[in-house]
Amino acid sequence: MRIIKDKKISDDDWVIARELDDSAPIPEGNVILPFSYWRANRDELLKQDTAHAVWIDGDIETEELSDDLGQFSIIGLDFPAFKDGRSYTHARMLRDRYNFEGELRAIGDVLRDQMFFMFRCGIDCFQVSEGKDAEDALKSFNDFSVRYQAAADDAVPIYKLR
Amino acid sequence: MYKYDNYDQTIVDERVAQFRDQTERFLAGKLTEDEYRPLRLMNGLYVQRYAPMLRVAIPYGLLSSEQLRMLAHISRKYDKNYAHFSTRQNVQFNWPALETVPDILADLASVEMHAIQTSGNDIRNTTSDQFAGIAEDELEDPRPYCEIIRQWSTFHPEFSFLPRKFKIAVSGATHDRAAVKVHDIGLYLVKNDAGEVGFNVIVGGGLGRTPFIGPSIRPFLEKQHLLSYLEAILRVYNRFGRRDNMYRARIKILVNDLGKEEFTRQVEEEWSHIKDSVLKLDQKEINRVKGFFTSPEYDKNAAEDSSFDEAEKSNKAFSNWAKRNLFTHRVAGYKAVVVSLKAPGIAPGDATDEQMDHIAELADQYSYGEIVVTHDQNLVLPNVKQADLFSLWEKLSEKNLATANIGLLTDMICCPGLDFCALANAGSIPIAKQINEKFDDIDYLHDIGDLKIKMSGCMNACGHHHVGHIGILGVRKKDEEFYQLTLGGSAEEDACLGDRLGPSIAKEEVADVISKLLDVYVELRQDEERFLDTYRRVGITPFKDRVYPKTAVKEKAYANN
Repeated sequence: MRIIKDKKISDDDWVIARELDDSAPIPEGNVILPFSYWRANRDELLKQDTAHAVWIDGDIETEELSDDLGQFSIIGLDFPAFKDGRSYTHARMLRDRYNFEGELRAIGDVLRDQMFFMFRCGIDCFQVSEGKDAEDALKSFNDFSVRYQAAADDAVPIYKLR
Repeated sequence: MYKYDNYDQTIVDERVAQFRDQTERFLAGKLTEDEYRPLRLMNGLYVQRYAPMLRVAIPYGLLSSEQLRMLAHISRKYDKNYAHFSTRQNVQFNWPALETVPDILADLASVEMHAIQTSGNDIRNTTSDQFAGIAEDELEDPRPYCEIIRQWSTFHPEFSFLPRKFKIAVSGATHDRAAVKVHDIGLYLVKNDAGEVGFNVIVGGGLGRTPFIGPSIRPFLEKQHLLSYLEAILRVYNRFGRRDNMYRARIKILVNDLGKEEFTRQVEEEWSHIKDSVLKLDQKEINRVKGFFTSPEYDKNAAEDSSFDEAEKSNKAFSNWAKRNLFTHRVAGYKAVVVSLKAPGIAPGDATDEQMDHIAELADQYSYGEIVVTHDQNLVLPNVKQADLFSLWEKLSEKNLATANIGLLTDMICCPGLDFCALANAGSIPIAKQINEKFDDIDYLHDIGDLKIKMSGCMNACGHHHVGHIGILGVRKKDEEFYQLTLGGSAEEDACLGDRLGPSIAKEEVADVISKLLDVYVELRQDEERFLDTYRRVGITPFKDRVYPKTAVKEKAYANN
């Protein structure tokens, strides 16, 4: 898939399994699995000597993943619509509370004008939506050179520098 | 007042550039209407009934004369020579052309103003007491905390796509002039037993379709924890607030559904993780921001003036104005002056470019160049020497700005209603006009005394009708405008929601019905009772019987749960 990772455009071979029945056989290749599938097939999956990746939406709480975080190289965070902001909190919880160091990948309706906020919450990889100009989207990281609050990118609030 | 440094200025300048780019992409067809909508909304730009409406933030209502002049300039250059001050201490322009909005934002940025987060499901402009800094009953000036909250909430990366809009109010006084208990978060500065000043934290108040008076979830919060506690509340809300139904999405619904105890438990649990993080406020930062809100050099001899008393005795019109439009100042010999934007025949809260320039001039001349927007949609000159009051009054009168009606029946709160707003069911401004025409006798108005009429053109309650002593709500029945009246509401420290008077009434009857309600009050009042006091003592029945003589049916209280 076309992605922006660490503020650069690239392609990788991960695919997202949007829907996967819990009883389906384990898919081949690099697949970002629904978290429900991971939960149902955890023991089988752990036997495999490959990198694991899951995705969650706002209905799954980060607490539910916390025991398995060491297993995942990628956690996909779903943004089903611009209005659903729950994944911003997910990202911060995964980074700040659970110290997740793998990749956080924004999937779904990833809008250029929201990537600045997503990045600040600790999301380091973005699925580029079909028909959107990735080069154009890169510019949005430079929208603001100053941020008031501390977040995943800035360790301290701006006032400490005043 | 707060002055931008390089960081603050960079943020608003970069915002202008960002919005200019977004608007250009939209006009070039690179962004669809659906994609552009959330972007323009985060810049306070709505598309309304006839034209776009731009809402500009006035942090905690405080303006410099230079900023007010810029608002006048904008109304002249890009709009129809007037602006509308809103119940959230903001200002709205009703007729800007979409393609000029980036230029308007650039003009605003040149005087340290912006339209950031004046709409959208994010943390809105923090509001406060219009008499902050000068009120006698103030424990501590709330504005430094409002400014700290403004900075923390501006482009907050985690809380820019909340379930719904989010409003915070802060008051530092005993008497609540900021409607703290009907905000998503309300903060009262309070003193604990050890004599330290901190915050009493109220969460989940609100008006709209499902009004609630917010409960206190932490009676005392140390100042250093202000931002971590706000962040904990917002995080619980962002995770668990409802997103399936926009009318059930405000935090008041979450607090009510979980119950105060469980909601508080979740906030405290979240807080325990972040309390000692980098969110903890430095006393140094509090002191730095406080340093922007210092008192001017008051004239120590201001109280020796006798011209004010003499003018009051000799001039009835001036004395009427002085009785209603002045507010006691903590410094002897000074008054805060309320400039009425409620002249008869004018839409409440509207000011023309000429009036704005005039007020800016008077603020420079008489009040250290500062102006405050009130949530009653008037303006305040906070620091006027009593010796200057008579000449100030004369000059305000020249531009129709000295209507002696503050706190009276004609000092109504009113939303833009059907005349401008795409959501409204019914007109508000024509009702304000009808009331003004009916009650044009200033002596009668003064005799009736304190009376808060609040009017909304639909149940979204922008005119705060639930908390009016008399509330008026526009409804639509068979495509005609009707009005539902409530009695006995209050937005102050004794906050409560009004009771429904009875079936809604026809448009042309509103002023007549109010007249009947006032007759009942005049007949039943004792001593110095205000309308609200009499209502609380005698209850709704005598009022109901007068308005609906044959159908005095028992109605369930409108919303007292």
